[in-house]
Amino acid sequence: MKTYTFTEKIDTRSGFGYGLTELGQSNENVVALCADLTGSLKMNAFQNNHPERFFQIGIAEANMMGIAAGLTIGGKIPFTGTFANFSTGRVYDQIRQSIAYSHKNVKICASHAGVTLGEDGATHQILEDIGLMKMLPGMTVINTCDYNQTKAATIAIADYKGPVYLRFGRPKVPNFTDENQTFTVGEGLVLSPGKDVSIIATGHLVWEALEAAKALHEQGISAEIIDIHTIKPLDEKLVIESAKKTGAVVSCEEHNFLGGLGESISRTLAMHHPTPQEFVATQDTFGESGTPAQLMDKYGLNANAIVSAANRVLARKK
Amino acid sequence: MVHKVNSGHPGGSLGCAEFFVVLFKEIMNYKTDFEMDGIGEDLFFLSNGHISPVYYSVLARSGFFPVEELQTFRLLDSRLQGHPTTHEKLPGVRIASGSLGQGMSVALGAAAAKKLNQDNSLIYSLHGDGELQEGQNWEAILYAGSKGVDNLIATIDVNGKQIDGSTDDVLHMGDLQEKFQAFGWKVITIKDGNDISSIIDGLNQAKKETNNGKPICVLLHTEMGNGVDFMMHTHAWHGKAPNDEQLSTALAQNPETLGDY
Repeated sequence: MKTYTFTEKIDTRSGFGYGLTELGQSNENVVALCADLTGSLKMNAFQNNHPERFFQIGIAEANMMGIAAGLTIGGKIPFTGTFANFSTGRVYDQIRQSIAYSHKNVKICASHAGVTLGEDGATHQILEDIGLMKMLPGMTVINTCDYNQTKAATIAIADYKGPVYLRFGRPKVPNFTDENQTFTVGEGLVLSPGKDVSIIATGHLVWEALEAAKALHEQGISAEIIDIHTIKPLDEKLVIESAKKTGAVVSCEEHNFLGGLGESISRTLAMHHPTPQEFVATQDTFGESGTPAQLMDKYGLNANAIVSAANRVLARKK
Repeated sequence: MVHKVNSGHPGGSLGCAEFFVVLFKEIMNYKTDFEMDGIGEDLFFLSNGHISPVYYSVLARSGFFPVEELQTFRLLDSRLQGHPTTHEKLPGVRIASGSLGQGMSVALGAAAAKKLNQDNSLIYSLHGDGELQEGQNWEAILYAGSKGVDNLIATIDVNGKQIDGSTDDVLHMGDLQEKFQAFGWKVITIKDGNDISSIIDGLNQAKKETNNGKPICVLLHTEMGNGVDFMMHTHAWHGKAPNDEQLSTALAQNPETLGDY
């Protein structure tokens, strides 16, 4: 079992902000738009460094998506920034028609996804956004797990042609992936190899999966931990290979089980290698107010929940 | 085109025919060797995408694609979809439209890209008056006025009609000129939006007003179904195709119509 350590906890949104700041220096076609959440999205440095390339739209997300689509006509690479809820559900038809159907090179960057947004409650805690975005033809969907990966993903998608939904979060979480990693869209990562059960996670649940692997190891269970940062296009080859090896899968995400990573994995395995699977995800419910840790516990989204799911799927494994 | 496939939107298309002809033949500078980014070209965005018949007709006759292709309108595997789209890569089209209210935001983005590229060419857009009932327009109208987007000429097709009746009956919008002015726009009114010389004068005036710190709104007063007596003065022909007899009558009333499609 490979183990990971971290020196600090830091929010993934800061990784986005830092990546955007770097892009500002390295790519003059990158422009940024924000709907009155510049501080929350950590876009201040870009705004200060490049005021002419920063668009404060005001509280008008539909207009922001349309302006972003228009900016691509003329060669700009727009990065929109607001909360995940306002990046998707609020503006679905604008994204569908003006961005996805129109093949516009817009990077929709969404913070505060999932229940870990915390105390603001369910109005702001979207758990349906991965499903909404992956349903759009041609949309790439990425959910990063820590600061370093979010920074690397932000920089990588500037050179990736086509619309991208980049999902990250609010709370401070362990920063454990390589500072100088190369981010490849669509490439899943085996963080720790194992033979009994495949734990396939995205976003904040990746660290929880690594913690679960330690607990499972103490139970004599060898878990393979896979980080799927790109939910669409899914690294099907990696998922199938791992399922063939272990014969049991647990999918983990801070999202509704309907429409999320777990369903994408299920489809892949149903087509190629039917495998028992358990879903660590929210169970078709809205969130509520609370601290991120309380909510992760209540909604079954932490290492304990993953250990339980692993035991359930192992009992089903023939 | 609409008759052939027994579907489409003839009313608004006929009402805007003169506007499109003037825009593409007299006003805009563009290349027919189509490039999406349109650097150095004036760009046009159709927000009320349902009047695709007139848009396609004028694009074809302006040299973007063969006139014969108009025969494929709304047919399977056509580049001429019911509503305009970039999906089939039809030259001349830069954004999908049809779901209403999105075009002005896109035009604002394209206008911003022009400024960043230090490209002095202009952005033109067309919107229905009924379409202004969509809230996104008012986000865009506020933004354009507040930020002084002065390389955009947005034309509103004021025909006073929408699917369910007159715009006054469905959802009265009050005085559009006062509304745009209150949002910081310069407003130019073309009283007879079906008269070629009035449109030329109005759009030339609009061009002179650009780069003056304000977005330009042209209120183009048109007659829906213009030129076909039974399609005028009613909202009934918004989205309905004429039958054989009605087509013959309509064409007889417009002997100058090009029969080359």
